[in-house]
Amino acid sequence: MKHHDCDALPAGWDSPLATLTGFFRKTFVIAELEIRKLRHDPTELFFRAVQPALWLLVFGQVFGRMRGTGIPQYRDFIAPGILAQSVLFIAIFYGIAIIWERDLGIVHKFLVSPAPRSALVLGKALSAGIRALSQVVIIYVLAAVIGVHINWHPAALLGVAAVVVLGAACFATFSLVIACIVKTRERFMGIGQVMTMPLFFASNAIYPIDMMPRWLQVIAGGNPLTYEVDALRSLMLVQGASHYGIGLDIGVLIAATAILTAVGVRLYPRVVT
Amino acid sequence: MNILETHDLTKEFGRFTAVAQLSIAVAGGETFGLLGPNGAGKSTAIKMMTTLLPPTSGTAGIAGYDIVRQAGAVRRVIGYVPQLLSADGTLTGYENLLIFAKLYDIPRRERKERIDSALEFMGLSDVAGQLVRTYSGGMIRRLEIAQSLLHKPQVLFLDEPTVGLDPVARHLVWDHITELRREYGTTIFLTTHFMEEADILCHRVAILHHGTVRAIGSPAELKSSLNIAEPTLDDVFVHYAGDSLATEEGGFREASRLRRITRRLG
Repeated sequence: MKHHDCDALPAGWDSPLATLTGFFRKTFVIAELEIRKLRHDPTELFFRAVQPALWLLVFGQVFGRMRGTGIPQYRDFIAPGILAQSVLFIAIFYGIAIIWERDLGIVHKFLVSPAPRSALVLGKALSAGIRALSQVVIIYVLAAVIGVHINWHPAALLGVAAVVVLGAACFATFSLVIACIVKTRERFMGIGQVMTMPLFFASNAIYPIDMMPRWLQVIAGGNPLTYEVDALRSLMLVQGASHYGIGLDIGVLIAATAILTAVGVRLYPRVVT
Repeated sequence: MNILETHDLTKEFGRFTAVAQLSIAVAGGETFGLLGPNGAGKSTAIKMMTTLLPPTSGTAGIAGYDIVRQAGAVRRVIGYVPQLLSADGTLTGYENLLIFAKLYDIPRRERKERIDSALEFMGLSDVAGQLVRTYSGGMIRRLEIAQSLLHKPQVLFLDEPTVGLDPVARHLVWDHITELRREYGTTIFLTTHFMEEADILCHRVAILHHGTVRAIGSPAELKSSLNIAEPTLDDVFVHYAGDSLATEEGGFREASRLRRITRRLG
């Protein structure tokens, strides 16, 4: 290493093209960091299987026997909902990791690096998406065991993976925004608990929108989780049908992620103070 | 030529003034120390210079770039080691450096060579493949300095580089910083509240108290200004920054944070 001939700024380092490719490269570097972490210690992912297993094997089985739900194949109905729920839980507690990195000073080093703030935030969102993909494997195994009619077409599988990454990115960014506001683990844990259940129950994850009282239907209609579940239901199942149309579903998720990322980019640098 | 200059750099949090009109100049190749008790504003000053905190008023330039208007350029020419031990424990030492090599746009063909030489320089080649979790506090600190050197920064900022380290690890870190300065002429800006650290490492120091500079000069100059027999830098510090090394300013938060660092170091 020769420090006396310091690196000069490379020519054209701030040109629009260099900025754009740099942005995507840095986003993937942050995601790569997550993959490397998971490779060293994947045990956490397996513990994540317990909760969806309970919902699918216990709640799904019992609730499916109830008369008058109007859903002939309840286990088919609930499987995509539980996938979306597991993804939500992983993503919504991602803020804890942000606060952890803040307390350790890791965030400080990221922010002093030339990586664009937007790439850091989106990289974190993508990291949550990668983490959430493990849930796809777990839920598909469980669903296959209980006889859910899964659409195994490669295009459908890819579609599910894409929606899962997008959904996780959306709620992880939401979580990041909250983390940047509350800044301490204790407060975040409290708020995290308070947020997750309403998001879950005010969605079409475990019952159809039509069954809800009117006021809840309105709330569910504004909940990104509803659109994630809707997209998953149409892609994951053999006779899956989308209520809103998959284009709208994905559009809502992308729009929500974009808005939350914009807010996160403003708040993330302030997390160090 | 000055590589770092601040003019009336000020940071206020509400009605509390953390740093008041800080004006200093650091020459290329110099090692400059900002000394002060806990809560004197050292970290706030370093956070402004490293673009982490926007100043309330005043300006600062590093290698000719303005810290507010040209923050992106500043980030490319500085290295920064935060006060907290911030290497990622769940990755190996090599991976910690690899991620930052990529964030700093070091070309693919140069990455391995630069990482290897940085690790070797800091005496960490043998443990490069181990998870950082298994490192001692001194090793983590040296890894972080290696991390901050990958892009060959013109100015290296070290915020309390040896806080929480045991004396042996502390001396080893000092040796490496001295060698870095001697061999490569890197400009180093550090904060510390250890007088011995400032005495050994710094060409010049500024004593900061309640956010203002009370004295500035070489350790020898400051000592001779006191007119007492065999003065130490501790005496200088007490003279300019009051009678206690740790004021109540830091308070509970500072104490619990320091304890956390110490605990993490085991």
